[in-house]
This record gives sequence, structure tokens and C-alpha cells, in this order.
Amino acid sequence: MLLTVENLRVSYGAIRALQGISFQVDEGEIVCIIGANGAGKTTTLQAISRLIPVEPGSKLIYEGKNLLDYPPHKVVTELGIVHVPEGRRLFGNLTVMENLILATYGRKDKEGIKRDLEMVFDLFPRLAERKNQKAGTLSGGEQQMLAVGRALMSGRKMMLLDEPSMGLAPLLMQELFKALREINREGTTILLVEQNAHMALQFAQRGYVLETGRIVLEGPTKDLMENPKVKEAYLGG
Amino acid sequence: MTLNEFAQHFLNALQWGSFYALIALGYSMVYGILMLFNFAHGDIFMAGAYIGLFVALALLSISTTGIIALPNWLVFILTLVLAMIFTSFLGMLVERVAYRPLRDAPRASAAITGLMVGIFLETSNLLFLGASRKTFPPLIEKTVYEIGGVTFTNIKIMIVGLSLILMLALHLFVRKTKWGMAMRAMCYDYVVVPLMGVPMNAIASLTFAIGSALAAVAGILFSIAYPVLEPYMGLLIGWKAFVAAILGGRGSIPGAVLGGFLLGFLEIFVAAFFTSTLRDLIAYSIILLILTFKPHGFFGEPYSARLRL
Repeated sequence: MLLTVENLRVSYGAIRALQGISFQVDEGEIVCIIGANGAGKTTTLQAISRLIPVEPGSKLIYEGKNLLDYPPHKVVTELGIVHVPEGRRLFGNLTVMENLILATYGRKDKEGIKRDLEMVFDLFPRLAERKNQKAGTLSGGEQQMLAVGRALMSGRKMMLLDEPSMGLAPLLMQELFKALREINREGTTILLVEQNAHMALQFAQRGYVLETGRIVLEGPTKDLMENPKVKEAYLGG
Repeated sequence: MTLNEFAQHFLNALQWGSFYALIALGYSMVYGILMLFNFAHGDIFMAGAYIGLFVALALLSISTTGIIALPNWLVFILTLVLAMIFTSFLGMLVERVAYRPLRDAPRASAAITGLMVGIFLETSNLLFLGASRKTFPPLIEKTVYEIGGVTFTNIKIMIVGLSLILMLALHLFVRKTKWGMAMRAMCYDYVVVPLMGVPMNAIASLTFAIGSALAAVAGILFSIAYPVLEPYMGLLIGWKAFVAAILGGRGSIPGAVLGGFLLGFLEIFVAAFFTSTLRDLIAYSIILLILTFKPHGFFGEPYSARLRL
């Protein structure tokens, strides 16, 4: 297993956001977590990238290492886990190029950075056209591409994706998920959380259903798609 | 007003503008990164001047004992560089001890802590050095030049020139290096900066280091122009530089420079046209008026673009 999460609990003050969830992601997989707004999807990813503290008893094991021993920036630079946050969170005051270069902060392999930059521009040619533009001036689709491209610049062992489909027109969404599949084929493991269950279940191989901080269902996505409960609650009947 | 008088006022305004701008940069940079005003910054300026004084005295005594004869200009440069280094350590220490534990505390706690750190620095100075004033050694011999009826001193030219060079260097650092890029990113959205693999604490330390080093330069240049040092010398100038930072726009580097020079010009020319006892009253009334119409200063954001987790 690449990532093993056991009994993950997170609270915001008196509110229990995650009530002890467990799941696993194997190397090379695409795994999705679906759930309604407020189910705890974003919290799960933020716990893995160490942006928020977890409660004692939570276990996060990545490649046999205890994730909790790593500060957030080292999760990226030493473990190669990259997180594309909800709402993209680009640095709108920096150019497209600067956003990509900033993501290589912890890297010293100049050649590798150059190669990865070319790869990102191959994957998203529109970013190359706009590389000297401020990220804040990009369209929604371009911003999502930059968010994914930026993550690829800092590492590519495992990518955490938070609602990448949000606010994207269907055509752009198709384009994005095609690129993500290619990224996965190149060896990047993907953990995706989505409100758009339809898209997520089609894209991933295995899935978990999160409801108010608990995992209520899990399995191969083709089984989940057939599950009457999932159909009713998440796929619109 | 004769041409020479005008030139004197103009140079004075540039000189005071340089002091204000150098200090305001520290306020603004720290605010941009951590969204807090380091209210101890005026006292960092004071500490920088004292550190400069002791470095200069040590170098001069080495020089007079004849171990190595250092010319005064070299003493000046070494004083500047060493004081920048030592003062930046002081700044980093303040960040580490006073502000980092309060990163997620209410902003008022951080502001009060800053004031306390300031008082701590002032009173430690009193405790260890006594209440008597200290005199900064004249490292640069004053020369007066005259061109076409306009007189000026080498000291003023040096102060303004050196300040402008440092501001330009800072601009290039922030624009061209990866540390500068990380700083700008942190100004925009510091929550996700660690997701880029950027160690946020290191960038915060660096910001305090740079701000404090610039304050040290201001402290030494100020002491060369006005060579009397006392523990509270950073109070008024620190608050005025804070006003300059607000005037320029919180978190904006060009804003801090503009605000600093604007303040310098306002003060000097108000004093030139009216009586100097009314200087601050009139100058700061004008600033109040500007802020009424531009409450975020010249380059400030209308509201913070920052998002929370």
C-alpha cells in the first residue's frame, strides 16, 4: 500500500469533522472519495498534506513512513505528495510561469525542472501561450490546468485533487480528466475527492463514500455505480 | 524661497524620506507576509543604531591600537554590513520568540506583544547602557560642495544614494529570486504556500531579517546625520514610518517607499512654508485627509485577497 489511513479523526473545536475514517490507496491507483458538501472530503486531504492537526490515535502511513513526522512542506519535497486544493488557490499576483517555478522551491535538479516544465506545457498547451500572464487573469479552466500543472512541478508520486471539476464547463472538464488520466498513466497515484460523483466514479477505479465524517460504503467504482443507495443519493436516482 | 533654500529643503526631504522609507519597508513586508504589524520595529531601528555604534567603536579601537589600520570609509562599510547582520539576527529572534507562538492568535495579541517587545528593548538598553546619550563617531568627514549657488554635503548625498540602492536591491530580490517569489506568494495566500514545498517559517524569518537589516541601515545613516543616540530614539520615527507604510498601502513594497518619501516631503515643506512648531500638526492633517479618501493607502488592497482553510 502506498497510503494507509487508519482511524483518522479531525475536530474543529467541538465539531467532529472526521470520526475515525480508514482507507487505503495503492501505488498507481485512482481512488475517489465522494460525498456531499460538509462530509469531510476536504478535511481528509488537508490532514494528509498536514495543513491541519489530527487527533491522537489517527494513523497516516505513507510508504511505511509516519506522515505525522513531516511538516507540510516536507510532505511535498520529501514524500512527493502534492495537493491541488479546492478552489485552485493559485497565486493570482504571480505569472503562470512564476506559479510553476515556485512549486519547484524544494528541488535542485535544474534539468528535471526543465523537463517537467516542457511536460506540463505539452499537457496543457494553453499554459505555454499564457506563461507571462498573471495567474489571476486566466479563465476558470485555465486556472484548473495551472493548478494541476503546478502540482506536477513539485512532485508526482501522489496527487491529491480537491474538487477539480468545480466550476468547469463539461467540455473543459472532459479535457482536464483526460489530462489527469495521462498523468496517472505516467505513474502518478491519484486520490480524488469530488461532489460530482458521476464524474468521479467514472474516472476512478475504487471509491469511498463519505457521510458526515464516516465512510459508509466502499468498493470498486463499477459496483458503487450500481449500488441503489449511491444511485439515489449521489447519481440523481 | 531662493533656489539654494529650495535645494536644501529638497535634499532634507529626500534624506528624511529615505529614513522613513527604509523603516516603513520592514513594517510593510512583515505585514504582507504575516498580516501583523511588528510594533517593535521602531525599536529595532534603535537597536540597529546602537549595534552600529558598538561595531564602529570596536573597529575604531582595533584601528587605533595599530593592529590593522582601517581607513574610516572602510570602518563605515564594515559597520554597516556587520550591523545589518547582527540586527537581522535580532529581528529573527523577535519573530521566533514573540510572534511565531501567536501565529494563530487574535491580531490584537500580536500587536500588544509587539509593543511589549519594544518596551523590553528600550528598557534593556536603559538598564545595560544607562540613561546617558551616546555619540556616534564621525566616520565620514563632512564636505560641502557647491554647484551653481546650490550647496550640499557629501553625507546627505550618500544617505539618499545608499538608501535608493538598497531599495532597488530589495526590489530585484523580491522580483527575481525564488525567496522573493515565495514572499509574494505568501502575501497573496499564505495558507497554501506550504503545498508548494515552501517552508513558511523560513520565509517568515527571512522577512524579519531583511526588514531588520534595512532598519539597521536607517539607524546608522540616521546616526551619521544626527549623531546622538538614546534609548527612545526609535519611538517617534518608528511611528511615523508606520504611518508611511499605511499611507503607501499595507504590504506593498513600492507603497512603503512612496509613503516614506511623501512623508519626508510633507514634513520638510510644511516646516518650510509654515512655522516648524506646526509641522506635524499640518503634515499629519494632510495625511489624515489623504487616508479619508484612500483608506487603503496608495497601493493597498481594498480587502485582503486571502482565503482561509
